[in-house]
Amino acid sequence: MKKNIGGRTALATAVTLFMAMGIAQAEVVKIGFAGPLTGPSAHQGQDVEHGIQIAIEEANQQQLKIGGEVAEFKLVSEDDVADPRTGTAVAQRLVDSKVAVVIGHYNSGTSIPASKIYAAAGVPQISPSATNPALTQQGIPSVFRVVNDDATLGRYAGNYLVNKLEAKRIAIFDDRTAYGQGLADEVTKAVKAAGGNVVVREYTNDKSTDFNAILTTAKAQKADAVFFAALDYQAAPMAKQMKNLGLKARFMNIGNLPNEQFKQMAGSAANGVYAWNYGTPLLDMPKGAAFEQKLKDKFGVGVVQSSPAAYDATWAAINAMVKAGSADPKTYLPVLKSESYEGVTGTIAFDDKGNLKSPAATVFQFADGGWKTMSVERN
Amino acid sequence: MKNHKTQYLLLILGFIALPFLVDAIPMLGPTWVRILGFAMLYVLLALGLNIVIGYAGLLDMGYIGFYAIGAYLYALLASPHLNMAGLTGGVLDWPLWVIIPLAAVAAAICGVLIGAPVLKLRGDYLAIVTLGFGEIIRIFMNNLDQPVNLTNGPQGISNIAPLHMDFGAWSHAPGQGAAPVLSLQESWSLFGLNVSPVISYYLFFLFIVILCIVLSKRLEVSRIGRAWMALREDEVAAEAMGLNKRNLKLLAFAMGATFGGVSGVLFSSYQGFVSPESFTLMESIMVLAMVVLGGMGSIRGVVLGALILSVMPELFRDLVNWIQPWVMDNVTFVSRDILRNVLDASTLRMLVFGFALILVMRFRPEGLWPSDRRRAELHDADPEPAPVPAALSTAVHAPASEASFEYPAKEADKA
Amino acid sequence: MDGTFDILLQQVLNGLVLGSIYALVALGYTMVYGIIGLINFAHGEVVMVGAMVTISVLSMLAGAGFAPGIVTLLLAIMAAAVVCMLLAQGMEKYAYRPLRKAPRLTPLILAIGISIALQNLAMMIWGRGYKTFPEVIETQPVEILGATLTNVQVSIMIISVVIMLGLWLLVDKTRLGKAMRATAQNQEVAGLMGININRVISATFLIGASLGAIAGVMRAINYGQADAYMGLLLGLKAFSAAVLGGIGNLFGAMAGGLLLGLIELLAAGYAGQFTGGFLGANYQDIFAFAVLILVLLFRPNGLLGERQADRA
Repeated sequence: MKKNIGGRTALATAVTLFMAMGIAQAEVVKIGFAGPLTGPSAHQGQDVEHGIQIAIEEANQQQLKIGGEVAEFKLVSEDDVADPRTGTAVAQRLVDSKVAVVIGHYNSGTSIPASKIYAAAGVPQISPSATNPALTQQGIPSVFRVVNDDATLGRYAGNYLVNKLEAKRIAIFDDRTAYGQGLADEVTKAVKAAGGNVVVREYTNDKSTDFNAILTTAKAQKADAVFFAALDYQAAPMAKQMKNLGLKARFMNIGNLPNEQFKQMAGSAANGVYAWNYGTPLLDMPKGAAFEQKLKDKFGVGVVQSSPAAYDATWAAINAMVKAGSADPKTYLPVLKSESYEGVTGTIAFDDKGNLKSPAATVFQFADGGWKTMSVERN
Repeated sequence: MKNHKTQYLLLILGFIALPFLVDAIPMLGPTWVRILGFAMLYVLLALGLNIVIGYAGLLDMGYIGFYAIGAYLYALLASPHLNMAGLTGGVLDWPLWVIIPLAAVAAAICGVLIGAPVLKLRGDYLAIVTLGFGEIIRIFMNNLDQPVNLTNGPQGISNIAPLHMDFGAWSHAPGQGAAPVLSLQESWSLFGLNVSPVISYYLFFLFIVILCIVLSKRLEVSRIGRAWMALREDEVAAEAMGLNKRNLKLLAFAMGATFGGVSGVLFSSYQGFVSPESFTLMESIMVLAMVVLGGMGSIRGVVLGALILSVMPELFRDLVNWIQPWVMDNVTFVSRDILRNVLDASTLRMLVFGFALILVMRFRPEGLWPSDRRRAELHDADPEPAPVPAALSTAVHAPASEASFEYPAKEADKA
Repeated sequence: MDGTFDILLQQVLNGLVLGSIYALVALGYTMVYGIIGLINFAHGEVVMVGAMVTISVLSMLAGAGFAPGIVTLLLAIMAAAVVCMLLAQGMEKYAYRPLRKAPRLTPLILAIGISIALQNLAMMIWGRGYKTFPEVIETQPVEILGATLTNVQVSIMIISVVIMLGLWLLVDKTRLGKAMRATAQNQEVAGLMGININRVISATFLIGASLGAIAGVMRAINYGQADAYMGLLLGLKAFSAAVLGGIGNLFGAMAGGLLLGLIELLAAGYAGQFTGGFLGANYQDIFAFAVLILVLLFRPNGLLGERQADRA
């Protein structure tokens, strides 16, 4: 762990110094990353950074050639604290350090304002985790994402609730963050489209841990399924409070589950909880286990959530540069748009808007002390 | 006096030259010009809050709400959002010279609306109530995507037009761009110097800041300004002198809100995106820290405080990057997890704000760079006994033991 | 809507559980305000520290081989109370006491500073994430007239009531209580009567802090977790509760806390139905502030407050 942080910062410092001295060596290709490295979602930002680091390390080992010269890829890492204003500031920093591509930002709220700055500078941006449909609807040709957007995942989850779980009376809650609200709205739409019945549509906020009021409403409405778009620290108390209130309904969450801590946080209430995650289960993919192992060896922590997507995003960009023979966005952007690459999360190929052509998502259920894969959905 | 004028002129010229200088230094570059641009917005906020707290002595903890109102106003009137929500026929594109005064007026009206019910309250209650109002504004913005999608809720409003001038229609069909006569989004050149968009924004913000400083200064020495200060120092005496307490307080709220609203408009256009998370309580506290650190009631102090506290987080970012590897390698007696938490730039930043408030209030309530008048008030070499402490001024350096004799007066000023 | 009786009862009981935690925190505000007229903005942070220290001590004890149970929980709570008392003592002695005669804005801004500093110091010590509260007591559902609570929630209510009664006895019957009331009435005269004002004020802070520590632990047990942010909002709401009941009045704080818990839960549960979906549970935090503003406008002395019209 010590090596990780020290190494990352030293690298970033070295790169900064390097630019500062104004030495331009043709073969250095800078790959930008921006995400929360401090603050409440720091571990998720660091996870993304880990994925990029693995990809860069592999690329450097392979001595890839761009336009005849061996390219040396370097990471330029910036912390946006998940704050939109800081996001634009670090976007400017990345543009100033002349990165060839930006992998990020982690959140939609930072990705959208930052995308304007990247677009003005002509730097392609590939987000491994921003799911707000608005990001790729802005008409910026150089914005991509390697994860399903809210609309897609919401549709999968809504269909699953109505068709597979056969829920008749569904309660839908969200945490009123950009992420949770976007998803819950899409799930609501999907449930209605699939002929399901939304009996409660309520909200809380991302600070609250008391859901008794809305759960009691759900109980009064005899809900048989509860969908909650929020992170684990809220999903766990909600699962507990459902149990305490005697609300016997299935509980489905989209946030940052499945993870290891949930068992400890929710105790016995964890049993039977459904959770969606992006992509196919890592271990089902040909390169998945090797990736997880590499991550553990290098950083001491496995996949938190978005590192596989970040890894794929980085490789997609590197491949495009190699194929185009240039790290200049103008030259490699058309290649990036049309290429197709087999990553650890699946096939990385973009549609005309910059979304994945065939994004997958997996639903898990907690049972017998661990998460079990229930189903993999894709277009 | 003439000397002062040259000084001010030089200072202004210096601030105009600053972005070009910063832009040219490779270590800094446009990144720091952007940071300076945001610093100007904070200066504006701090100047506005200074009117409310510094002049009139009303502790407003929900000040960021006015900033939010300005920001959302611009976002609604200069972005495709309302059109997309089906509320307007075309994409609104109101001209700047309409939006800025409109935001100022809207914020002022909100200031009065918030101020009116809490006028009777003093000091501490006022702080909590305004804090509540600030949160209420934010929560409404976070939730007003239904029943009618006014604010787009937590998703925020994107695609906000950059600052521009045009003389065309106030709205246009979706997909059709307006043809701005002058847009800050374009580079231009000034005496052969290339002025990039970030620099244009900075210069425009600087212009507004200078206007507001002049306005603040005029207010400070005006009848109204002196009345505010009289009210701040001793409400009862001020009322006895025939000052209209209600109108004066409302005016302070309205004036302060105006600055916040204008700053919000600029923020929204600069960033091109607004969402409720930019207007949290922590932002209010940050602006408060700027005013307190610089010196309540001192324009120069407040400007200094705002500059220091808005540039500081960026310095921290670099500082932490430099220090962290060294500390991680050399400090072994503290757990790594704690070290990493301690060296977290955003935590450090808030910690510094907290300590700034504590230390300034405890040891130097007049702030780092108080106005001459305030300093004179607080550090009086005059042998006459110090005036009775008034409920809403800053500290009086009197030992606690002496104060017991002031009992009747103290009670009177509470009434 | 089938808003049947047991659902209403469920909401009421939920509200009372939430309210008894508010009440304990509100007591801390009201006592300090009653005696020195200061809103101790940092009190919410003391509550947070109480919860975090308890979790740390519990995990240390578990690491040292003590099986988690009532005994370790009590030990941990005692440790937390001591830490909170030291914290409150330090605040009072080094920050508030020197400013006791300063204008009121000064200690208030100072208190805000302490709150922010403590919150971020806590983040440095315990990290920015949540801490899971170990399951010390096995939760079991308790049926009350068709509504369901857990044994933990029932104990929270009982313990709160016992503590409040104890506090009332302390203030009403003991010498210290008498000294506190005298100091609240008039510091200077109380001093002249031979009361050691500084000691009495210290004692007030200490009692408030220990109540806060207990409230923090209760909240952490109830929701199974705690984090560095929990104090701020909890503190603001508890302050609103204290104002609602009439600040400076012990029974007011208790009544205000319970009432605010009820208002919040009932509003969150039923606002959607009564406003046609316009105001829902997402406005839950607004209700506390709205109550505060309305009370200050129409009954600044609060529901039970009779004196201190001058304070508003």
